[in-house]
Amino acid sequence: MSAQVDTHAHQDDHGHHPKETFITKYIFCQDHKMIAKQYLITGVIMGIIGILMSLLMRMQIAWPTEPNVIFEALLGKWAPGGVMDADIYLALVTIHGTIMVFFVLTAGLSGTFSNLLIPLQIGARDMASGFLNMISYWLFFLSSVIMIISLFVEAGPAAAGWTIYPPLSALPLAQGGSGAGMTLWLVSMAIFIASSLLGSLNYIVTVLNLRTKGMSMTRLPLTIWAFFITAVIGVVSFPVLLSAALLLIMDRSFGTSFFLSDIFIQGEVLHYQGGSPVLFEHLFWFLGHPEVYIVLLPALGITSEVIATNSRKPIFGYRAMVASILAIAFLSTIVWGHHMFISGMNPFLGSVFTFTTLLIAIPSAVKAFNYITTLWKGNLQLNPAMLFSIGLVSTFITGGLTGIILGDSALDINIHDTYFVVAHFHLVMGISALYGLFAGVYHWFPKMFGRMLNKNLGYIHFWVTAICAYGVFFPMHFIGMAGLPRRYYTNSNFPLFDDTSNVQILITVFALVGGLFQLVFLWNFIHSMFYGKKAEQNPWRSNTLEWTTPVEHMHGNWPGEIPHVHRWAYDYSKPGHDEDFVQQHIPLKEGEEELQH
Amino acid sequence: MTGLLTILILLGITIAIWQMVKIFDLAQVNKDVSQVANDGDNKTQGYLMLAFLGFIYGITIVSFALWGDLPLTSNSASEHGPEIDRLMIISMVVIFIVQTITQFLLHYFAFKYKGEKGRKALFYADNDKLEFIWTVIPVIVLAGLIMYGLFTWTDIMTVDEDDDPIVIELYAQQFNWKARYAGEDNVLGKANVRLINLDNANILGLDEADPNAQDDIITTELHLPVGVPVLFKMRSQDVLHSAYMPHFRAQMNCVPGMITQFAFTPTVTTEEMRLNPDIYEKVRNINKIRVNKSKKLQAKGEEPLDSYEFDYLLLCNKICGKSHYNMQMKIIVESEEDYKEWLQEQKLFKNSLVQN
Repeated sequence: MSAQVDTHAHQDDHGHHPKETFITKYIFCQDHKMIAKQYLITGVIMGIIGILMSLLMRMQIAWPTEPNVIFEALLGKWAPGGVMDADIYLALVTIHGTIMVFFVLTAGLSGTFSNLLIPLQIGARDMASGFLNMISYWLFFLSSVIMIISLFVEAGPAAAGWTIYPPLSALPLAQGGSGAGMTLWLVSMAIFIASSLLGSLNYIVTVLNLRTKGMSMTRLPLTIWAFFITAVIGVVSFPVLLSAALLLIMDRSFGTSFFLSDIFIQGEVLHYQGGSPVLFEHLFWFLGHPEVYIVLLPALGITSEVIATNSRKPIFGYRAMVASILAIAFLSTIVWGHHMFISGMNPFLGSVFTFTTLLIAIPSAVKAFNYITTLWKGNLQLNPAMLFSIGLVSTFITGGLTGIILGDSALDINIHDTYFVVAHFHLVMGISALYGLFAGVYHWFPKMFGRMLNKNLGYIHFWVTAICAYGVFFPMHFIGMAGLPRRYYTNSNFPLFDDTSNVQILITVFALVGGLFQLVFLWNFIHSMFYGKKAEQNPWRSNTLEWTTPVEHMHGNWPGEIPHVHRWAYDYSKPGHDEDFVQQHIPLKEGEEELQH
Repeated sequence: MTGLLTILILLGITIAIWQMVKIFDLAQVNKDVSQVANDGDNKTQGYLMLAFLGFIYGITIVSFALWGDLPLTSNSASEHGPEIDRLMIISMVVIFIVQTITQFLLHYFAFKYKGEKGRKALFYADNDKLEFIWTVIPVIVLAGLIMYGLFTWTDIMTVDEDDDPIVIELYAQQFNWKARYAGEDNVLGKANVRLINLDNANILGLDEADPNAQDDIITTELHLPVGVPVLFKMRSQDVLHSAYMPHFRAQMNCVPGMITQFAFTPTVTTEEMRLNPDIYEKVRNINKIRVNKSKKLQAKGEEPLDSYEFDYLLLCNKICGKSHYNMQMKIIVESEEDYKEWLQEQKLFKNSLVQN
């Protein structure tokens, strides 16, 4: 009983709230539910931009250097006569990666659902600090705006890949995108990291201190466990990226040599001496790899909740699920070197990282098996959220398994930086996390907007997306194993790879169809927000506390006292109860035992 | 004009989809579409799940049937290559077994236990024995793979100096490769980009006073003698590059400011590889594709493509700027005599300098 809320103090608070204006309600709002919506909508807009960029890239790869009016229309001077410029291709690669990883799948996913669900599911009136929460969103907004602005600078946006390895990213002489575009990228990311840190600290403090009476850590829904641990990983690793970015800014603008040494470019020797790009790689991946789990864990948390609720069964192996989240979090901070097997670091270090990397497959496997067992003998409600969750488990397995190959240093030698890697990480973190985001939106839309989405549109959205996702990324493994490097503007300079060109076209067709069908979701989302059917209080007959709050949002979340918690979140179909769910605030019946979980 | 049409068509498709979605949505006003799945939905979606399992298996089979010959898992041209290929195939087999089983269970359960009104799910929250089993099985399998992988890795990365490998420097710059042979003494002369002097053609920054540098040989093509161990020393003058030699299962980054290395022994000459039935077939296939492409190009009044002949290649595989996609060098593996003869014809460093 470590954490209890002084419910009375809060109760007095929400009774006579100052009058709200448009600005305090929709813009500079400190209410976690509104901030969640702000995160979601910003994330969706960034997502549209990111996906659009990937479609442009796919068209270029499938039909290289052919004039294309879409390029001319969208890229302007970067596609003279409709032929895409090689510089802008690399910029698209870079900004697509940055936007999807950070702006959509970190802020859009974790920002949205941590904000929405942490107070609601633990039984708190709001985040520990509403003000910091608001600042966190607005810093994110600012960094998004700067990232978009960077697309319009004269010499082009950052184009050194989302990993921005120096010296390429440090020297404007090396490529156009390393000038003002790169500066804006770094500034944007620095602000983004500040936003992420403020958000994460808030989540951690809120989970630790504001749980309602009876909500012990072992009764927390797995969503909260996932968000909590994600925030911890973020706080541990994001500052390291910030320091890398700051040192890179120093190298770029103030002539220091942290990452640079012995460089001769464009006919001149530069003064840099003694730095090492490998140092940057270490710093970058010290965040970069945990980042994968910052993206993935919230998606898995959402899936745990959605699968349990819609299977009408307790999540299988709650303790093992928590343990595997903890194990993944710990291991995620000591595996970064598997991105650097052939970076020139000592091969012995490579051995160590191979070992730790393959270890991480174990908790991941446990999670996958537990999801499958949760489905077993359930009474599955196959609504769109559930489909996306099952889809997530499917892509998580398909994508995760190839990690066994990439994590093996000996095998990495020949498939490092090929399309095999692209296929792997898109399935395991891109598509899986995106499915988690969709599952979350379909599941909590009623909670966010008080209305329901159209289920049939949801079904269409899921099936087309699921088929296209496999259609895009499954064949991609094969061209990767053929030795085709990623980030090539065109492959036509290598007759060796001509037999992969048909596969590329097929992939692009799947990508275009899949991308286009996201319009179905967009329509559903926007239309239902205003005209969807009014939601009931607990449409999914779910156990968690957020469904005990009124449909209409209010400050403080609960009109009366915050409910006390008497059981874990997964008493679905528990024998001895008439209904197939028992909400967390319902006291144990006489003689009923709380499951020893 | 066709461009304008394309964009109009695309716009049309977008609007059409949008409108169809709208009509679809609005037509359902009176139906129960409120996202809560009813028995009918569960049934349909359950069967679709089963169909999707078929789709996953289908795309796997189709991919292997159509593109199974693409992966580089055979015909490696280096001594350590078969080891990597074997490990790759073992890993693939393990993966495919796990993939087939788990995808089946996932989608089959989704179909089998599709919801019905009034039925209650089994309250089954925990089973330590099961958890133990599926922790231990991955541990054992992974332990095997880790051990095998680490032995292979150590074997590849350890350079045996007793083998007297030929020392060759691979030198990367935006956007081409140079090779520097160590010459008679098999010792590379000292070098640093600060010593680059374009006026006298000292393009790799060799120390002109270093006796070891005098007999070095700089080339734009990489010739290797078959069956002789080669130790590559990698250097870059500007940004990160990666020396990727897929046919030899070899790759190492080139890092400005430091020297990295990778060693292997080529085992198959270029000529032999061209006659290899698999490679022969691959080249024939590629040429068929190129002929088709040429026809299209000629119809547009452009130059046709050259016919393709197999060659080993060194590719850049680390994003390095605008022309990254075209940073390559031809590798020729030949008999030791041919190699020596070729090397004889090349200019020594001391003779390559331009005296002003």
